[in-house]
Amino acid sequence: MTEQPKNFGFGEDETMLKDSAQKFFADNCSPDKIHSQVAHDPSIHRPIESIWDKSLWQQVVELGWTAVCIPEAAGGIGMPLVAAVAIAEEAGKSAFPSPLISTYCATFTLMACDTDSANKALADIATGTATTLAITNEKGSWESSDTDVSVANGRLTGTAWFVQDAKKADRFVVSAKGENGVGLYLVEATAANIDIIADGIIDLTRDQAHIAFNAAECTELAAEGAGDKAIDAAIPSILTIVSADMVGAGEWLLQTTTEYAKTRVQFDRPLGFFQAVKHPLVNVMLDIDRTKSLVYNAACAIDSGEATTELNARMAKSQASDMAVFSSSRAIQFHGGIGFTWECFVHIFFKRQMHNHVLYGDAKYQRAKLADMVIGKAA
Amino acid sequence: MSEAQKMDTPEQAAFRAHCKEWLASNHPGRPTVKLPLGALELSNPDALAWLQKWQKSAYDAGLIGCDYPKEVGGGGMENCQSIANAEMQRVQTPYLPNIIGMGMAAPTVLFHARDEVKAELLPKLLSGEEIWCQGFSEPGAGSDLANQQTFAERDGDNWVINGHKVWTSLAHFAEWMILLCRTSKDDKYNGLSYFVVPIEKALGNGVTVRPLIKLTGETGFNEVIFDNLVVDDRYRLDEVGAGWKVAMTTLAHERGAGPMTTPASGGMAVEEQEGAQTNSAMALIQLAKQQYRNGKTAADDPLIRDDIIKMMIRQEAFRQNQRRANVPSLTDHPMRIPLQFKLVATEMAQDLQQIAYEVEGAAATLYVNDDNAPVSGQWPLAYMNSFGITIAAGANEVQRNILGERVLGMPKSK
Repeated sequence: MTEQPKNFGFGEDETMLKDSAQKFFADNCSPDKIHSQVAHDPSIHRPIESIWDKSLWQQVVELGWTAVCIPEAAGGIGMPLVAAVAIAEEAGKSAFPSPLISTYCATFTLMACDTDSANKALADIATGTATTLAITNEKGSWESSDTDVSVANGRLTGTAWFVQDAKKADRFVVSAKGENGVGLYLVEATAANIDIIADGIIDLTRDQAHIAFNAAECTELAAEGAGDKAIDAAIPSILTIVSADMVGAGEWLLQTTTEYAKTRVQFDRPLGFFQAVKHPLVNVMLDIDRTKSLVYNAACAIDSGEATTELNARMAKSQASDMAVFSSSRAIQFHGGIGFTWECFVHIFFKRQMHNHVLYGDAKYQRAKLADMVIGKAA
Repeated sequence: MSEAQKMDTPEQAAFRAHCKEWLASNHPGRPTVKLPLGALELSNPDALAWLQKWQKSAYDAGLIGCDYPKEVGGGGMENCQSIANAEMQRVQTPYLPNIIGMGMAAPTVLFHARDEVKAELLPKLLSGEEIWCQGFSEPGAGSDLANQQTFAERDGDNWVINGHKVWTSLAHFAEWMILLCRTSKDDKYNGLSYFVVPIEKALGNGVTVRPLIKLTGETGFNEVIFDNLVVDDRYRLDEVGAGWKVAMTTLAHERGAGPMTTPASGGMAVEEQEGAQTNSAMALIQLAKQQYRNGKTAADDPLIRDDIIKMMIRQEAFRQNQRRANVPSLTDHPMRIPLQFKLVATEMAQDLQQIAYEVEGAAATLYVNDDNAPVSGQWPLAYMNSFGITIAAGANEVQRNILGERVLGMPKSK
C-alpha cells in the first residue's frame, strides 16, 4: 500500500474549491428555486421533459468544473479526483439539475481509453461539451461487457438504455460489440440515424433516455476489446462520484429534517424532543458520516494509485445506497403529512436518492461483488 | 517516510526517533502469564503485575504521559502522546493496565485538582504503580448519572462518605478511585461534588469491595460500599457543587473527545494470547469458511456473505471516520465524529459477534467449557460480553441523545 495523505488529499486548493462550490450552489440553486423549476407540473402523466437552467450550466463550465480532473495535457486542470468529489457533493446537496455528474462519469471513462480521439473528447468536455455514457443494455446490466449495441463498418446499430441526462448531453460515449469484443464510440447527439427516446422517470432533477442507433456514424474511442476494460478502469471513479452526490443529498435531507424536528410542535414539544424522532435522525447522521468517509477514502485511493480502488469504491457505493434509502425515508416520515405532499421540497431529494440508489448497482449488488473479491466466489 | 512522520515538528520527530529506538530493544515480548482480552477483564494478580512492569518501563522511558507537565511526572511535551501510541502500536506492545487511570482520572486530576495533589498522584498513576478505578455508577444512577445518592458530608477538614457504587472495574486492584457523589440534596446537578479517594488504604475501614459476576459467569467488576469513609478535603476536585462539570471532563476523555490523548499501547495480536480474534470481519470470514450450513460452508451462503461484507464496510467506515475526524475542514461540527466513536464501535462489535454466532450454526450453542466449541467458545462469549460495552460509559441510548442534542441541536429529552 502506498502512503496516503491523512487529509484524503483535500489540500488548500481542493478545500477552496469545495467552499466556492458550496457558495455557488447556495446562491444559484436554492431548494425553492429548484422546486418551482422542476416540479411545476405535479401531474402523474405530465409530459416527459428535461428541465434545467442552461445558463447556470454555462457558469459551471466557465468556473472550470467540467475540467477539474481532466489532465492538463488534454486541456484540463489536472486536479485529483477529490476535487470533483467536492463539487459533486455540493451539487448533490442542492439537487443540481445538470449533466455534471454524467459528464464526470464519461470523463473518467475517456481518461481510461488513452487514445487521441478520447483525449480530444476530453478537451471538448473541458470547454463545456456535455458528454454522457451510453453503456447499459435493456436488462439494466452494469457489467461492462453487456451491451445491446453492435458495431460494424464504423457504424452503430442497436439500443443503449438508461442513458443519464441524455437530453442535456451534446455527445454520447457508447459501448458496442464488434467481432473482437466491446469498443467505445463517440456519437454526437445531433447525429443522423439516432433516435433519443426520453424515459419517464421518477427523479425530477435529471433526465434519462434510451437511444436507438440505426447504422449511426461514430468515432472510435477505444478499439474492440479495449472498451469494456476502459469502463472497468473507470468504474471506481464513477461509483465514487455518484456516491459523493448522494452524500450531499443525504446531508441536505438530514439538515432539513432536523430543522423541521426543532420547529414543528406536537404534544406541546418540538418533534426532536421525542427519542422516536431524535434517535433515528442520529442514525441518519451516522450513516452519512460512514458514507462520506468511505467516499473520500475511495477518491484518495484512486488519486494515490492504490490497487484496491474497486474494493474501496464498491464499499462507498454500497454504503451510499443504503444511506440514500434511509436518509430519504426518514426525511419523508418525520415531515409527517406535509412530507407526503408535492409542495414540500423533500420529495425532490427523496427521488434523486431513489435514482442514485440504483445507479451503477445498488447496495446488495456492490456487496455481492465485494463478497466475490474478499471471500471468493461462492460454491 | 509516512505522511504522519512528514508532518512531525522537530520536537515530535526527535521524540518519534526516541520511541523507535527504545522500543527496538525494550519490547517486553510474549507475556509469561495468560492475559485477558483487555485491562478491564484483569482478575489474575500475576497478569496485572506483568503488565504493570511493562507500563512502568514505558513510563520511565518517557512514552507514557509525555504531554503532561513535568511537575506532575509527565514529559512536558506537546502532541507527543499520539506519536508514542502509534509507535507502540506499530510494534504491537501489550496493552497498558492502568486504563481508567490514564484515560479518565489523569486528565480530570490535571484539570481540576490542586497542584500538590497533582504532583502527589499523577506520577504513580502514569507509571502504573497505582491502579485507579471509577466510582460513577450506582444502583439508582446509571444512564441518569446525576441521580447520585452516595453522600459526602463535611466534617471540618474532612468529608465522611456513605454510599454504594456498582460496575466498578478494577476496584479489586485499585489504590485510588475517582468518585462522583452528592454533597447537597437541594439541587440535582449543582449538588454534586467530585473527589479522588484512596480506597485500598481504607479497605475494612470504610470501604468494602465485592466482586460482581457478569452474565457470562466471569468476574471483572465490583461493587464498592462506603461506610463512613473519611477523606481529606484536599482530595476534592474543583469547588463543592462543581462535580457535574468535573465529571464532564472525565466523560469527554472516556469518549475519546477530550483535549488529552490517552496513552494507549495494545495491538499485540489477540490470537497470540487466546487463539481467537473476535473483532474483525476478516476473522468472520475465517470462521465462515470452517462452519457449515445446508451442506456448504457458511461462506457460500449468500445471506451470510452479505452480512459479513456489510460488517467489513462498517469497519472500514469507522477507520476512515477516525481519519476524517482529524481534518477540521472535512467535519462541519468538531464533535460530530468524536462523539460517535463509543456508540458506533460498541454496536459494531456487538453486531459482528452476533453474526459470528449465526455463522457457527448449531455449534453456537457450545460454550467455553465445552471441548467441541469452535474457537474455544470465544465468539458466543464475546457476543455476551458486548452488552457490557453498549451499556457502559453512558448507554448507547444516552449517546444518541448526546449526539442529537449537542451536534444536531435538537431539544433535550428530559
